[in-house]
Amino acid sequence: MLETVLFLIFAAICVGGAINLVAQRHPISSALSLIVVMGSLAMVYLLLGAEFVAAVQIIIYAGAIMVLFVFVIMLLNAGEEERSATGSRVAMVLGVPGLLAAAVTTGWVLTRHGIASTPVVIGEFHGTAHAIGRLLFHEFLLPFEVTSVLILIAIMGAVVLARRGE
Amino acid sequence: MVPLSWYLLLSAFLFASGVAGFLIRRNIITIFMSIELMLNGVNLAFIAFATVRHSLNGNVFVFFVMVVAAAEAAVGLAIIIAVYRTRETLNVDRVNLLKL
Amino acid sequence: MTLWLIPLLPLAGAAINGLFGRRFSRKLVATIALAFTAASFLWALVIASRFLSGGQVPIADHVATWLQIGDFRIEYGFLVDQLSMVMMLVVTGVGFLIHIYSVAYMEHEGGYYRYFSYLNLFMFFMLTLVLANNYLLMFVGWEGVGLASYLLIGFFFRRDSAANAGKKAFITNRIGDFGFLIALFLLVKNFGTLQFADLFDKVAKYSPGAEVGVGLLTAIALLMLMGATGKSAQIPLYVWLPDAMEGPTPVSALIHAATMVTAGVYMICRSNAIFSRAPIALTVVAIIGTLTAFFAATIGITQTDIKRVLAYSTVSQLGYMFMAAGVAAYSAAIFHLMTHAFFKGLLFLGAGSVIHGVGGEQDMRKMGGLKKYMPWTFWTMFAATCAISGIPFFAGFYSKDEILWQAFSSPHGSWIYWLVGVITAFMTSFYMFRLLFMTFTGEYRGTIEPAHAGHGSHDDHGHHGTPHESPWMMLGPLVILGILSVVGGYVGVGHRFENFLAPVTPSVLTEPQTAGLAASEAAALPAQQPEPASENSGLEDELMAISILCAFSGLGLAWFLYVKRRDLPDKIADSLGGLYTTVLNKYYVDQIYGAAIIRPLINGSRAILWRGIDAGAIDGTLNASAKGAQETGGVFRRLQSGNIRSYAGWVAAGAAVVVIYMVWMGTR
Repeated sequence: MLETVLFLIFAAICVGGAINLVAQRHPISSALSLIVVMGSLAMVYLLLGAEFVAAVQIIIYAGAIMVLFVFVIMLLNAGEEERSATGSRVAMVLGVPGLLAAAVTTGWVLTRHGIASTPVVIGEFHGTAHAIGRLLFHEFLLPFEVTSVLILIAIMGAVVLARRGE
Repeated sequence: MVPLSWYLLLSAFLFASGVAGFLIRRNIITIFMSIELMLNGVNLAFIAFATVRHSLNGNVFVFFVMVVAAAEAAVGLAIIIAVYRTRETLNVDRVNLLKL
Repeated sequence: MTLWLIPLLPLAGAAINGLFGRRFSRKLVATIALAFTAASFLWALVIASRFLSGGQVPIADHVATWLQIGDFRIEYGFLVDQLSMVMMLVVTGVGFLIHIYSVAYMEHEGGYYRYFSYLNLFMFFMLTLVLANNYLLMFVGWEGVGLASYLLIGFFFRRDSAANAGKKAFITNRIGDFGFLIALFLLVKNFGTLQFADLFDKVAKYSPGAEVGVGLLTAIALLMLMGATGKSAQIPLYVWLPDAMEGPTPVSALIHAATMVTAGVYMICRSNAIFSRAPIALTVVAIIGTLTAFFAATIGITQTDIKRVLAYSTVSQLGYMFMAAGVAAYSAAIFHLMTHAFFKGLLFLGAGSVIHGVGGEQDMRKMGGLKKYMPWTFWTMFAATCAISGIPFFAGFYSKDEILWQAFSSPHGSWIYWLVGVITAFMTSFYMFRLLFMTFTGEYRGTIEPAHAGHGSHDDHGHHGTPHESPWMMLGPLVILGILSVVGGYVGVGHRFENFLAPVTPSVLTEPQTAGLAASEAAALPAQQPEPASENSGLEDELMAISILCAFSGLGLAWFLYVKRRDLPDKIADSLGGLYTTVLNKYYVDQIYGAAIIRPLINGSRAILWRGIDAGAIDGTLNASAKGAQETGGVFRRLQSGNIRSYAGWVAAGAAVVVIYMVWMGTR
């Protein structure tokens, strides 16, 4: 009962934030709505028992990545979005409707399928840091190491790209 | 009890909004943020299924997704800064030197 | 037995002269050409003597295998049997004499080495043709002599008329060769081999009278006939021979009198196994031969160019040979072929001597009275004219008479052939003596042209003051051929020639079933002598008397019109008016061909094949496909719009398709 209510509240906040992100004209407003979406998503993760991921979501996603976004927006002095004459017919005609069709189909299918109606019960299952850590360093060791290399490359790339040209 | 389908519908909605924003918006930073929204939607789906199946692989994968998102955001924003410096605009329609 | 030396020696001469002759002196070029030709002739004599002394067993020489495809086999092989022995000796002998003649005749012409190279090349191909032991190698020679003929007719290539004549000869030959080739295809398909020995054995197994067999053989024979009419200048493909007189006169003597044009006759006689089993084809051959003989003789009466008269005379005499072949008297045809080589070769060489003597003039109306200037030429040409007219005791009399007799009496013959042949003999005698009298008797009507600087026109040798006799190098061959024109006929007296050739060309009176038996078996048969019942030989004598009468009356009429009353011919020509003009213009056949066949062909090609198909369809398809690729590219180019949002749109659309597909597959 409580679960359902909590879920509905946070889901509503998510939805609102998402719509707001798409609808707002100033990028800073979009950034803030995105933070809201991420926060409420963290809550939803908690409802699903993924403690570690929820924490990481707040710390990394909302706390670091979005901050980076806000930094860049302010650095570039991004203003309100101007009206541009040139749109893209393809995007409007094919992309959005196509995507809507995909989403609707997926949604329809998902709600009909048997497994989709199983209630999500956490029970004794928790995504604790301990358990995830164990997985990371045992089965997923290689991907883990590779991602560290990836981050290194990203750092170097970002530094090189953002340098002022000589 | 919340059925799995609700979680999945929420995930689908977030993803769809991300794509819509990606296609509709003109500011390049906003487009980037729509991409992040998409990734979040996908993360939700992973976690939901992980819980239903009682497998922590989903959580680990979400972890990796976040790492990649972080790297991607860093590099992408660096690119945006570089483009801004040369083209003086954040309007994605203006970055069209390859136009016919 | 190294038979292959006989064709290959002239080829070596041609190669040496062709490749290096430019740097040689004239003497060296001539020596090389004569040496190789003489060597070939001598070797041919050696082979012939071995053949005759060895019991006349055919000599074969299998040099190498050319093609082997499953059971089908063609080899480079040569064969000397009675028929090819005769041809080989004629070709090498007369060819050698003409080479000697050419040395002096072409003395002042340019392109000396080229001439001898081509002449030797011609000898090579002709010898390949007559010595081959299968149809394909014969066809190689067949085509090759056509090539050599083209090269030599167009020898003075700077002259438009010569170049056109060469082209005309080659193209007309090709039309005939097309028929020959189809005949070869039919032979391969139905009998699986082109080697003479195997092929004729298989053909013999077709029983005469079987419907399928006869139809096929008739078709093959008619197609071969098409090839023969092209090569041997019969109706309808004779039009190239008169124009071929543009070439040097020795060429006319060798190629268009003695050897190349007889290839058709040789081919028919070699294929007698096929022709004898296709009576319809034989009739066609005879009709064509008779018609051509008559037709060409009528034209020959009116011509004024000395070489043209001889050209039409050649066509007419070839008609006689075809007539003989058409009544299955193959040995008579070959006999006439041999004597014709002698006297026609002599006539052409003599004409060349005359032309040389009067400084390049070829119009008989401008000649006359040359007897006192060129006695040797006159007497040798007189001998040849008697031979061709059928005056008794000269060579031509025996061979022509044999043909006329066979035309009358053979089972395939008919009195119509004989009648037309006799009338033609009268005309032949008339126009040949007309030529002789116009050229050599009376007063000289021409003017010697002053010396020309270049060597463009005809065979111009004029820088002598008065008509004069030719040098000995030219007269020698004339004399030898003159002797042969007199005595050459004696080999055919009685039925000696016919019996000699019998193993290869069965006598017309033997049953066709024996044809195709191996030579040894046929020889073992008791010689089936024709029934020379006394009344038969009496009839033969009567017919002989009639033809002798015709020969002399032709001579008489010519003497009357051209010696006694020289004013009469023009009056007769005027009174005949339109008919005369038509005959003089060769019945306008060339113009008819031009209008009916050539011009529609060219216009059709231009309009349909060139503009319609080549430029329109083929080029059009190519251009259209290129344009189509361009336009498709143009459409796809819009994908790369440079607009980031359209890229995003495409990605989203693609992703949507993939997702829908996967979901749909998941629900199945």
